[in-house]
Amino acid sequence: MNAAVLETVGLGKAFGALRVADDISFRLQSGARHALIGPNGAGKTSFVNLVTGRLLPESGSVRLKGNDITRMAPDRRVREGLCRTFQISSLFSGLSVAENVFLSIAERERVAWQMVRPAGRYRAVIEEAYAIVAGLGLGKVAAQAVGVLSYGQQRLVEIAVALALKPTVLLLDEPAAGVPSTESAMILDVLEAMPQDLAILLIEHDMDIVFRFARRITVLERGRIMVEGTPDEIAANEDVRRVYFGEGDLADV
Amino acid sequence: MLADRTYSRGDAPPPQAIADIVNRSRLRVADFVPWVVALASFFLFPRSLSLGTEVLVAVLFVLSIDLVVGYAGIVTLGHGAFFGLGAYCAGVLAVNGFGDPILGLMLAAVLAGVAGLVSGAIILRAQGLTLMMFTLGTLLMLEEAANRAGRLTGGSDGLSDMVVKPLLGIWDWDFFGRTGYCYCLVVLLFGFIVVRTIVMSPFGRSLRGIRENAARMEAIGAPVRRRLIVVYAISAALAGTAGAVNAEVHQFVALNVLSFEFSASGLIMLILAGPGRLYGAFIGPPIYIIASHQLAVLDPTYWVFWLGVVLIAVVMFGRGGILGIADNLIAWSRAGRKKRAP
Amino acid sequence: MSIAIGILLNGLASAMILYIIAVGLSVTMGIMRFINLAHCVFAMAGGYLAAYLIQGAGIPFAFAIVLAAILVALLSIPIERLLYAPLYAASELEQALFSIGVMFVAVAIARYFFGPAPLSFTVPEALRGQIDLGSVMPAYRILLIVVGFVVFAALWTLVETTSIGRKLRATVENRRVAEVVGIRCDRLMLLTFALGTGLAALGGALGAEIMPIRPNYAFDQLNYVLIVVAVGGMGTLTGPFLAALLLGIADTACKYFLPEVGAFFIFGAMVAILLWRPQGLLGRA
Repeated sequence: MNAAVLETVGLGKAFGALRVADDISFRLQSGARHALIGPNGAGKTSFVNLVTGRLLPESGSVRLKGNDITRMAPDRRVREGLCRTFQISSLFSGLSVAENVFLSIAERERVAWQMVRPAGRYRAVIEEAYAIVAGLGLGKVAAQAVGVLSYGQQRLVEIAVALALKPTVLLLDEPAAGVPSTESAMILDVLEAMPQDLAILLIEHDMDIVFRFARRITVLERGRIMVEGTPDEIAANEDVRRVYFGEGDLADV
Repeated sequence: MLADRTYSRGDAPPPQAIADIVNRSRLRVADFVPWVVALASFFLFPRSLSLGTEVLVAVLFVLSIDLVVGYAGIVTLGHGAFFGLGAYCAGVLAVNGFGDPILGLMLAAVLAGVAGLVSGAIILRAQGLTLMMFTLGTLLMLEEAANRAGRLTGGSDGLSDMVVKPLLGIWDWDFFGRTGYCYCLVVLLFGFIVVRTIVMSPFGRSLRGIRENAARMEAIGAPVRRRLIVVYAISAALAGTAGAVNAEVHQFVALNVLSFEFSASGLIMLILAGPGRLYGAFIGPPIYIIASHQLAVLDPTYWVFWLGVVLIAVVMFGRGGILGIADNLIAWSRAGRKKRAP
Repeated sequence: MSIAIGILLNGLASAMILYIIAVGLSVTMGIMRFINLAHCVFAMAGGYLAAYLIQGAGIPFAFAIVLAAILVALLSIPIERLLYAPLYAASELEQALFSIGVMFVAVAIARYFFGPAPLSFTVPEALRGQIDLGSVMPAYRILLIVVGFVVFAALWTLVETTSIGRKLRATVENRRVAEVVGIRCDRLMLLTFALGTGLAALGGALGAEIMPIRPNYAFDQLNYVLIVVAVGGMGTLTGPFLAALLLGIADTACKYFLPEVGAFFIFGAMVAILLWRPQGLLGRA
């Protein structure tokens, strides 16, 4: 039985009358393939922001690998192995794909504090950046500015930037959002090829990807965990259908 | 793991994929131009060396501002505080018998750097207007302090009893300013090497990332505030060096180096040529200083008016300053050439 | 005791002028998020315009001041549309430098038309007396205090009770939501800008005795006005009021009791307060 690598206990946060997180207790095991779904406004991105430290909770705690990180600064959590991608691509569009990934590795290896040798001399970092980029099928565009890539490719670079940090826990905030259906297979392929020991929490609206990727699914509604279970259990759950689709059947997945 | 068919782990990456990153720091012919110009000016304009010295000092000052404003994105309205700190440090040392210029220079740089470290640690929690207020506030406090501490600083009359020893014991400070010019040029060269090294390093790349999207840098584990404090301190030391050199060459420190107008003029010289470019600092000061000397002598009101108009125009239309416009022209002519080719 | 009252009242008078000038900046910065360092240019314009109306056109004091304020407010409308509006999305550096450019242009124009010397200000006949409130005070200063409170009350009423005020508060709080709800934000911003500059002109004209009108006015007063806005809290009406009160009284008190320290204390206090509360005393976190 794995110890939880990421855990929240009673996490709570409200903005005035709007409660975005309501007593969320959540556990993520090592190597997990876990999805977080829920209707718009359920509080999924707020949950990620609470876990990563961009939002401070009013109540509850966050634990990473057993350590309480509730008061830890966001950048330190990243260095401890908790990484995320953003729902809206926030890459450096003027820099090349390889250079975006270079920045991540430089932080990971503390190379980013080096002030003397030019960046171009750090061959190991450059080569690792290229390797990661090529490993996701983007080798041909490694030298191109991120801004000229297709949106699906940009979402892949977003994932590459996070993977380059060698995280223990990866929070993916709607990696396929806005990606045309012709390219979403790319995203799914990458998700399926992730390292086995990496714990992944996927936030997604694309049920195709969710049901093919996840081994466990948590459903969030109005800041509360409604239900948690295997994909089959969730698909069969009456309440989930109601929340998502009103009275109709769950669409074929 | 997905793999590019033409690539497998352990292979060296194809050179064109990483050429950009690797070759960026190579020296090009154009890199030597400003130094050739500066050296040539020494021989071609022997009567205008004091003007030249003013330009060289301004270039170093603007370089230091570019480091924090253009590269790190810290908008400061009061960087002259460190210039002035360095100037008064060298000045007070020279008044009290420690007149060796290089010693004064080094101590001034250290003092300004420490001041930058301490003030940066305090104020760099803030952003936007609050940060601007902090920088302005520290500048004005320093100005008030210098104004009041008349016995130390000469107050509003300035510090004028400086006795600066000959440079390296050999070169005396001559009337035409030859020693002064060469001294400034060498100090500028060192300062530029420092800035260029930092800018080309991984640290410098991360600063650019912070300026463009600090939240993103945080999300890849960058300790943003600590990094900004470090670059702020380094930049303060550089500004202090510029101030010290200026004081030593003129053997005088005027109170106006701590004025808002002085710091603003540094920002103006920066934006004229374009922030965030290494050579912007070389283009802005000569234009500004030569123009101000010509026009302010003719009619100071005229000068101020046109300076304001140019500033407004640059902000509204010339994003990226002169170098930015040059970039656009180059890109435009390249695109034109491509279209015309069969 | 009378010295204390004297200091208090003098400080209050300065504070009220500062408030009237600064409140416009606070609201426009809260709504537009535009770093307009040139705000005091409009105050200066008010001063010069009022002087011209009084001395050149013989218009009585009170009318001249109000008319000057209205004219400046109207003039600011095309300025906002043509110069400021295109830069709302620009970076802080660009906005700051733009407003410095405006300040330079204003200095040059003022010097060209009015010369470098400060305007001589003559208190109108009716207000030349002295009033004894425990300490003998010029009646004019008392008037300034009264006007300041009146302006504060009027603005407060405007913002808290009228529908425009509600829209203003909504826009300051969350611009995007306000737009979705149907509030015409750009028109509101224009209105606020005009109101703010009009008030600045009023303050500049009224306060010409305390803050002399001269070409360098915008630079002279920049520090204090910015302190009031930053310390009080951007985007609020009451913040600058409180900050102006503190500043006015502290500044005058320092002049009497700690003249060697002077402005040093003011700037130090500003930094200390902003460190404690970066959003200003009454600003939104």
